[in-house]
Amino acid sequence: MPRPAELLRFAAAERWVHRVTAVLMGVCLVTAAILYVGPLAQAIGYRAIVEWVHVIAGLSLPVPLIVGLLSKALRDDVSRLNRFTPSDWKWLRSKDFRATRSEVGKFNAGQKLNANFQLGAILVMMLTGSVMRFANHWPISWRTGATFVHDWAAYAILAVVVGHIYMALRDPHALAGMRTGHVPTSWAAREHALWAAENGVDEPAPARRVAR
Amino acid sequence: MAEQTVADSNDAAGRPVGRRIVLGMLGLGVLGVAFGDHLQSIESAFLRPLEERDPTGLSALIPAGDTFRFYSITGDEPERTSSDYQLTVDGLVDRPATLSLDDLNAMPQTTMIKDFQCVTGWRVPQVHWSGVALPDLLDHVGVQKGATALQFTSFDGAYTESLTLEQARRRDVLVATQMLGGAVSRAHGGPVRLYVAPMYGYKSCKWLGGIKVTSRVTPGFWEQNGYDVDAWVGKSNGRGDAPTS
Repeated sequence: MPRPAELLRFAAAERWVHRVTAVLMGVCLVTAAILYVGPLAQAIGYRAIVEWVHVIAGLSLPVPLIVGLLSKALRDDVSRLNRFTPSDWKWLRSKDFRATRSEVGKFNAGQKLNANFQLGAILVMMLTGSVMRFANHWPISWRTGATFVHDWAAYAILAVVVGHIYMALRDPHALAGMRTGHVPTSWAAREHALWAAENGVDEPAPARRVAR
Repeated sequence: MAEQTVADSNDAAGRPVGRRIVLGMLGLGVLGVAFGDHLQSIESAFLRPLEERDPTGLSALIPAGDTFRFYSITGDEPERTSSDYQLTVDGLVDRPATLSLDDLNAMPQTTMIKDFQCVTGWRVPQVHWSGVALPDLLDHVGVQKGATALQFTSFDGAYTESLTLEQARRRDVLVATQMLGGAVSRAHGGPVRLYVAPMYGYKSCKWLGGIKVTSRVTPGFWEQNGYDVDAWVGKSNGRGDAPTS
């Protein structure tokens, strides 16, 4: 059977969920910086409006994902991201990810960690952010605790988002996969061998032989 | 090999670690809300010596850090120099006045060293303040019968604040012309700002432009947005901070 030149990696629904979530997360990070970093706050001002935008963007963060769950493709990928196989632990422990490449499914362990971290982070930020914003409804000290968590978690999210973008920019095919939905079959066979096999691409890509 | 790998690839194999990560983070978040205030005070105590010796200002980026954060509700940082500054005092007073910075400097001066506590959690310890005690200013213009409150307006054109007359008669409420050992900087609300020592920072109106003596309290900007009007540190806004005055 001739190999198709490209495989469909992400359905339109998934790409839109990713896009809208990314924009909302970007708005949260930028407004957070304006609220938090003195010189930026000084240069921009409009604190009440910036705060309002930050809260609205933050509370909206899970909406695209929830709407997207109507899509079967997205539900399938959510369940793939949820499951860690023994190969994933091997991947995480390995120094050279190439060594475990042939055992990678649609998502590698790093991508699974990123996705789950972001979901957990969104929920934690919404929880602590709500305690901060609607402070009068909670007992004394909760707001301080929530601020403490919100502040430190923001730095963790910033680090992971920067890492995520850095990894994507290093791999044009991965980037195009999220932008257009399609990836070259040879790339899939190399980077996500088991997923390529699921799609009827059995033979290892030539590039992988070279790498070995 | 091929059979085994296909089974792996069908990610239905494996354990639901993703769910555990999400729930674990949520659990840590809840614990952090419940006990974070203890962690924060430990962290603040640890960071304070560092911040006092930090010439770069970068330590302000550390969460829970005890340094001033800049807040403004308008897009501009209002600018008045010491020469064109004017403070208007009117309303229910015998002698309405428009005071220059020189006028304020010519009045009896009050100096105090007290903490500045923000309602969002940060606190700057041992800030040096000086200026005209508000009761001295009120005596200067003469408060009329029927007055019960003061309304403060900022020359940023938007911010407002309020105090009851009783609160305004406290000796630890200052029309501050000096702060942190020098003139009040533009970012800190200079050339003249209010400093209400016993209350949260939002009462200490920056870029003070006007004081009106009135017959009733008009809630200020943040108070119309849910903050308490009587903003005693440790006894309002659901917070338990140590008193500042």
